Formats: sequence, C-alpha cells, structure tokens
Amino acid sequence: MTMMKKLLTSAVATAMMVGGAQAAVSNDTVKIGYLADMSGTYRDLAGPNGMKALEMAIADFGGKVNGAKIEVVSADDRNSPDVASSTVRRWVENENVDLVAGLVASSVSIAVSDILEENDKLGIVSGSAASSITNEHCTPNHIHYVYDTYPLANGTASAVVKEGGKTWYILTADYAFGHALEGDVTRVVEANGGEIIGTLRHPFPTPDFSSFILQAQASGADVVALANAGADTTNAINTASEFGVTQSGQTLAALLLFLTDVHALGVDAAQGIQLTTGWYWDMNDETRAWSDRFEEETGVRPTMVHAGIYSSTMQYLKAVEATGSDDAQTVRKQMMDTPINDMFAKNGKIRADGRMVHDMYLAEVKTPAESKGEWDLYKILRTIPADEAYRPLSESKCPLVTSK
Amino acid sequence: MSMIFGVPLAVLAGQLLIGVINGAFYALLSLGLAVIFGLLKIINFAHGAMYMLGAMSTVILFDSLGVNYWVALFLAPLLVGAVGVVIEYFLLRRIAGQDHIYSLLLTFGVALLLGGVLTNIYGVSGLRYAMPDVFQGGMKLGFMFLPYYRLWVIVMALLVCFGTWFMIEKTKLGAYLRAGTEDSQLMQGFGINVPLLISLTYGFGVMLAAFAGVLAAPIYSVTPVMGSHILITVFAVVVIGGMGSIGGAIITGILMGVIEGLTKTFYPPASSAVIFLVMVVVLMFRPSGLFGKEA
Repeated sequence: MTMMKKLLTSAVATAMMVGGAQAAVSNDTVKIGYLADMSGTYRDLAGPNGMKALEMAIADFGGKVNGAKIEVVSADDRNSPDVASSTVRRWVENENVDLVAGLVASSVSIAVSDILEENDKLGIVSGSAASSITNEHCTPNHIHYVYDTYPLANGTASAVVKEGGKTWYILTADYAFGHALEGDVTRVVEANGGEIIGTLRHPFPTPDFSSFILQAQASGADVVALANAGADTTNAINTASEFGVTQSGQTLAALLLFLTDVHALGVDAAQGIQLTTGWYWDMNDETRAWSDRFEEETGVRPTMVHAGIYSSTMQYLKAVEATGSDDAQTVRKQMMDTPINDMFAKNGKIRADGRMVHDMYLAEVKTPAESKGEWDLYKILRTIPADEAYRPLSESKCPLVTSK
Repeated sequence: MSMIFGVPLAVLAGQLLIGVINGAFYALLSLGLAVIFGLLKIINFAHGAMYMLGAMSTVILFDSLGVNYWVALFLAPLLVGAVGVVIEYFLLRRIAGQDHIYSLLLTFGVALLLGGVLTNIYGVSGLRYAMPDVFQGGMKLGFMFLPYYRLWVIVMALLVCFGTWFMIEKTKLGAYLRAGTEDSQLMQGFGINVPLLISLTYGFGVMLAAFAGVLAAPIYSVTPVMGSHILITVFAVVVIGGMGSIGGAIITGILMGVIEGLTKTFYPPASSAVIFLVMVVVLMFRPSGLFGKEA
C-alpha cells in the first residue's frame, strides 16, 4: 500500500509540474464547442451563421495553432439552460472541449458559466444581453464580448428621455435577460429625470401582444419600452403599429434590436426607431470588407453577434498561440492583457470581471427614402465611448473586482 | 372611473374584447383538430405546422407571384389542404386502425420536418406581410382602439366555425361523414367511397388550420416556428372542450381566449400557463372534457 501511495504521490507531483509549466496544448488539439439556438427564436441573430463566422476565423487563422489542430463541435441549446448544461458538461468532462463559444440566451450563458468554472474551462459569451453575466454572475471562466443590457439602456433610454419622454411603461420578457434590461433601463430613466409608471412582465415567447399593447396604451405613458428580443420585439412593434401606439402620441422604444429583426420588420414599419448596437456592417471599409465575405458564405449581412463571434475567436486563437497553452486561466489572462483592434472593435479591452468593453453606437433605422438596399438599415447617430457605455467597475458586484 | 380589482373598467372591456378575438383564433384551430380527431381518431400533431404553412404560403404566394390577400384567403387553404390529403393518402392511411400514439408520432414527425426545412430556407426572424389597404386603421370604441383587421378576424373565424359545425352536425354530407367513421364497412356497402371521405375530411381539418394561418399573416410574425408555439395551447383547448366535440371546441376556444385575456390583465406572467391550469382542473372533475361524452 505504501508503495502504491508513493507511486501515486510522485505521479501527481509530476503531473503538477507538467501542469505548472503549461507548455503545451492539451491533446495537441484546441477544441471549440459552439453552442447556440440553432432553430428557435434567436436562430437568425447568431445560430448557424455564427458557426460560419467561427469557421471563417479559424480558416483566416490558418486552421492550426502552434502546430496543434483546431476542432469545432456544435450543438443546439434550444434556449434551454437544461439542454445547454448537459451538453457543456459532456463537452468539457468527456470530449476535451477547451472553449465554449456562441452562447445566446442569457439564462443559458449563466447556467453554462457555472459548469465552466467547476471544470476550469473557458467560455466566450457573444449573443447574450444580461449585464448580470459579468456582474453578480461573473466567474473567472467566462468573457462577455459583444454588448449587454447596460449600454443598451444607456444609449437608447437616455436618448429617448432627453427627447422629452419622461414617463415610461416597460414591457419585459419574463426571464433573466428581460429582468436585467428592465433594471438597467429603470436606472437610466430615473437618473435622467424620467419616471417608470408601470412595468409588465410577459411570458417568453409571446405570440400575441395585443393585450399587453392595450395595457401600455391605457397607462398613458410617454414612452412604451420593449425590454425583450427577437420575435417578441418584432411582434410587439407590429402590434403597436396596428393599434396606433405612435399615432396616439406615445413613443416606442425598442431596447434590443438586431439587424435581422429590423430586416424582418422592414424600413416601412421600423423607420425612425432608435437603437443601440455594438457594431454595424456599414461603418467603414474594414467592416464592409468582412461583411462582404460573410455574405458570400451565408447570403445575409452579419449582425453584431456574428462579427463578435469572429473577432472573439480570433482573439482566443491569438492568445493560445502567444502562450502556447489552452489552459483557461493562462489564455484568459493573455486575452485581458491584449487590447482588441480589429474590424469589430478599436481599443477594446477585457476587464477583470470578464466584460469586454468597447465603443457602442446609437443608431436610427433609416426611412424608406434613405435606405438604398435590403440591408441598408441604420444611420449611426452617435458613438458612445466605451467608458461611458458600460457599467463602471466601481459599481460592480462581481467578486473578482470587489475582493481586490 | 370605476375599478375592478384595481383595473379600470374601460381597460377590462378592451381586454375582454381582445380575449374574444384571440379566442376566435383558438376556436378555428381547435375546431380543425376536433374534426380530425372526432371523425378520424387521428391526433394531428401536424396541425400547428399546417397553420404555419397557411401563413407562410400566403406570404410566399404574394412575394413570388403577387397573389393578393383575398385570393390567398381561398388559395392558401386549398393548397395546404392538398398537402393534407397527400399526407393522409401516403402516410396516415398506412397506420389506420393502429393505436393513437402512432398517428401522434407520425404527424409530429411531419411537423418537425416541415418546420426544419422551412427554417433552413427562410430563417426564423419572420417574413414581412403588409396589411391589405382596406384594413388600415381602426375605430375608436371609447374604451379602446379596435383595428379593423381584428374585427375582420373575429367575423371570419366565427362564420367559418359556425359553417363547419352546421355542415357536420346538420347536413347530409355531415351525416355520411359521421356514419363513415362509425361503421365504414356498412357505408361502403351503401356505395359510399369511405377512403375518399377520410382523405377529404383530413384535408378539410387541415384547411381550417391553414385558414387561421392566412388570417394570422398580417398581424403575427410569420415564421416556420409559429405553429409549434400555438399547437400545445390549442391541444389543451381541445382537451378542455372534450376530444372530438365540434361545438365544444368552438365554445372552449373563445372561453379560453377570454380567460387568457383576463390573466394577461391581472397577472401577466401566468398568462402562458393559465389554460393548462384550467385543463388540469377540468380533467380532475370531468375527465372527458366540458362538452365530451362520458366514455
């Protein structure tokens, strides 16, 4: 027995020494798991085309990192935290997945981040909105990349209050993301001298908004705000226009709209709506060039999430290359130390809480006269500097920040 | 303003009206399910997909061939009805007489296939469909603004529901249908083509779903997944009304629309669950549903 014990101890010690050196990529393979809603409400904003963006990044990187091959697996999380948890558990515990990318529904990202922390693997959240992901739900094992509810509220809500929308009625999707957005909007509206006179939490998803729109109309608020996403938002906007919300003098504020949503609504229905976005394909030559390539692959223009998946995958692979390791903490630290300068962001940086902060944009949907093509949808009104856009670390509830 | 449980009466009146309109949708959809189950004993899990096909084909017919709303109102249900006949002839017929679970699984599979294929082609963000010009705007009722189109929906849905009930319960064709499913051998002995009758009945039930889809196209996001959201609710409506009861499906549909509408007013987060709560309670006290015959 003692012999056995000794052997075991020395084996563990050797393993720790090797581990401590972190010189190599595990299994000689960097394995990326792409998890997203591939078939439901959030399919178009990330989904299969996000997988294409990820593959574009790997191809552009050269298909190998330090001689190790790069493998990708993907799965449909069906917007279910349960499905997502069991998938990711299998990936990291049995299939040697090093990075989980994609991650769309906020409830999914929060569930997955716990499993990543238990197994010390890395996750990059590109599709989720809830700002709580890097606040009360922050872990040392995930990074939140593209946007969150904090800048959405900061950009859109403060712009609408400044234009005279003082009283607000909020229609909230009744789950983690909606609650986070509602909280962030309330804070911004009240800080700018406005008032929330009512909130209504509707089930996710809701196919018929007429009842809720009627209640919003009856509230008499200046602004009817939509703290929801995807089909819920487009349904609500269509119903609001059918019931004459704007004709009766109320302003409609959609807090989270993706390019694909606006494309589905069309400029006739969506014109004049203000929104906050982390990226737009038609900003400069760099974004246009990448978007042209993306459109060749997929047939559509990319959303900010697609661009974010490409950019974050590149950053990850560069960090693996620089450190020669696929260990989660080593790579995360390298990514935090490296400013992000690519077609997605300029001087973006990943903070201690895992939040990637970069400039955000207040945009307005073009009128049919202004729009020169199917995807010519936004004009950028204002750049919201990174420091102003995101929750300052001084307000953070993340233990990684507060314990320092 | 007078209040009921903290909700102004005017708001409540609006919500009741909206409830009736949504209920008319439920009635139309559950009616088709009830016809198919009542006469053919098929649990049609493809019903939501047929509703979706009705809406999708309305949009696609307009985009590709310029077919307007009025033509689509007839053409789309006919096309989808034909799809239904094909499904019945080539698939459902093979498992006739087997346990209900077979038809349930088969139609569920068909629904997944249709949804999956269309999702791959069209995505899920929703297809655009403009409201026909005649229906632009609405009327001010004092307690709410009622868009003309919603008025049209309720009138059309009720007309079709009543017409279907009348045809099945009161006409000779309906009598053939009911008799054909009761004792098909005897009916064939009388020279009635029962297999054809069954194909047409399935096609008709599916047409009702497609018709609801056309009505939905201008007001809801038209996506390949729109049917799966509504299917389960509609099944609950049919169970509450009593599987197979035609009149029961119509009355329960409207009733559930109103109950859901009231829940949306008093406690919105429960509005997606309330119908299932009613279902549980009804099944506890009347296992065959409100209007079902005791087995």
